[in-house]
Amino acid sequence: MNPAPRALIAEDEPLLAEGLRAELAAVWPALQVVASVGDGLSALAQTLSLRPEVCFFDIRMPGCSGLEAAQALAEDWPEATPLPLLVFVTAYDDHALQAFEAQAVDYLVKPLDRQRLAACVARLQARLQARPAARSAEQAPAGPGLAVADEGTLEQTLMQLRGLLAAAAGARAAPPRLAVIQAQVGALVHLVPVEEVLYFEAADKYVRVVTAEREHLIRASLRELLPQLDPAAFWQVHRGTVVQARAIRSARREESGKVTLTLKGRAETLTASRLYASLFKGM
Amino acid sequence: MTVMSPAPPAKAARESSLVAPTSALAATWRSLRLGALRQVLLVGGISLGIAVLLTALTGRGLLNNVLYSCLIGLLCTLIVGLVRLGVAWIDDRLRARQSAPVTEAQAVGWRGALAGALLAMLIGPSMGMWLGDQVTGLRSPSLLDWGSAGARFTVVVSVLATVVCVVVIVAFERLAEVRTQAEAARRLAADNQLRLLQSQLEPHMLFNTLANLRVLVGLDPQRAQDMLDHLIAFLRSTLTASRSSTHSLATEFERLADYLALMAIRMGPRLRCQLDLPSDLRELPVPPLLLQPLVENAIKHGLEPHVQGGEIVVAARREGRQLVLTVRDTGVGLASMPPAMPPVLPGTGFGLAQVRERLATLHGSAATLSLEPDPGGLGGTLVTLRLPLPLPRSAIEETAT
Repeated sequence: MNPAPRALIAEDEPLLAEGLRAELAAVWPALQVVASVGDGLSALAQTLSLRPEVCFFDIRMPGCSGLEAAQALAEDWPEATPLPLLVFVTAYDDHALQAFEAQAVDYLVKPLDRQRLAACVARLQARLQARPAARSAEQAPAGPGLAVADEGTLEQTLMQLRGLLAAAAGARAAPPRLAVIQAQVGALVHLVPVEEVLYFEAADKYVRVVTAEREHLIRASLRELLPQLDPAAFWQVHRGTVVQARAIRSARREESGKVTLTLKGRAETLTASRLYASLFKGM
Repeated sequence: MTVMSPAPPAKAARESSLVAPTSALAATWRSLRLGALRQVLLVGGISLGIAVLLTALTGRGLLNNVLYSCLIGLLCTLIVGLVRLGVAWIDDRLRARQSAPVTEAQAVGWRGALAGALLAMLIGPSMGMWLGDQVTGLRSPSLLDWGSAGARFTVVVSVLATVVCVVVIVAFERLAEVRTQAEAARRLAADNQLRLLQSQLEPHMLFNTLANLRVLVGLDPQRAQDMLDHLIAFLRSTLTASRSSTHSLATEFERLADYLALMAIRMGPRLRCQLDLPSDLRELPVPPLLLQPLVENAIKHGLEPHVQGGEIVVAARREGRQLVLTVRDTGVGLASMPPAMPPVLPGTGFGLAQVRERLATLHGSAATLSLEPDPGGLGGTLVTLRLPLPLPRSAIEETAT
């Protein structure tokens, strides 16, 4: 028998977090809310350490958005256990979300509507029922048949997440394409043509800009940079890595579902996360 | 795979300067075409009047007079139109050679019309007489024969009629142009008003506030009622702000207090706020909701993205002959927006631009707005508005009524 399901709530407005907890207690008394956090970074850290079965992520949160937290979660989640069921909560009916109603990734609109919440809970319960005993995976490996079934839903979840992330990026007004990266070192500014960049890598508050010869640091975030790059030439392969497709020599699929990339002109390898592994398939 | 190549901007701009809608030729053609019926009616009317006058004075056949004067009138109109098109064409050539910046081209107005009128006066009457002679088989006296009274009369009347026609026609075109511009200005103002409303009745703000209210109704009905009062005051002030031109600084601070009270309930301990308004400044008139977009920015771009939240301080003070209004927050600050890459969030920049615009309309260059990293704190942003004191008499009178 499945143990009592556990949930995490990530919502930056305290009253709304309290409200969701109270509504859930009424609609799904068996659900145990193990943590309630107010920002995206805590949401990621707490979900990874507490491993709840269900996550309610507000989309607009300080730190990082609910979508970004889900992206990071899908990349860092340990292989052995199924990914938590994700429910996004938003105040405004972002049209990107509408496509995901009644699927692996669900969404709720604030103010919460008791009936809509009940429908969401019913779906979550049905999905949990269909799962192999959730936490038994940690104690004993699940049977091969069950693992395959769960692999299918994981891929489905990842596919939806990819769609959501793409839609969220597309919803913003497209800024002009970047032609040259200006990397400042003291009083000197290096001009790096974008087509010479092999890959970009997020590093704390900076982005590493790596070319065949050398690398530069620019004070920017990958999130700001990404919309300014040609998506056909530059592929995001991890939440922290964007690589120029031309620069990839080979891609090797690992057992974990990740993909290891070797580059032309650089000795180091890059890792494409599960979320983006589908980019690399034989033709 | 596509390799990025920089677009050739110089060529594109050059080509677009030759595209029809931005050329003076096209604009002139358009205004001629739109005014054609009016021109024909005007010229026909004047020609008929002249013919009747001529018949009354000389007693000769009305039909012939109508024919001659209509021919002269239409020929003159044709000449004026052709010359205007020609001047517009020359204008375009000159502009293309100088590669002047491409702007909205206007019809060639007085210059072309004047040149056309001169030419029309010179050759219009003679050509009209000659054409008329061809039709009737008569032989009119040459207009160069200044001794003939008929010739003198024809020339004087033609010149007068041409001048009247050109003046009336160009005046009409000018009027239409001014009307179009006024219409465009009105549309822009309405558009701005709408965007202001949309930015203040932003759906995230509204629905999150309602969601909080929904929870509060169950938890603490008294606080829910207070929150509802703040929301009502906020909505009312937002919806009526466009109708009054000023209100007192005290009222402005009350509206800010309503908004901040709503945000304080939503953000809980993450938002602390303080409003400082010295009592001697309370009655000063300010444009309604002048500070509102600045406070919204401080929350949206400063405190909301900040995990720990922070404090927002709105203050007013007198500094010599200036009223100084400041909005300062201890949020993520301007530094979090790298200067090389301006933020691309929707709605960014509209609030500030709108406040600047209102200040410029009210005080010209005497009022300023500055945005800087908060000098006192750790990060954060400080916005300072400086308005001249005393405020313009008109503004004060409007508050009095």
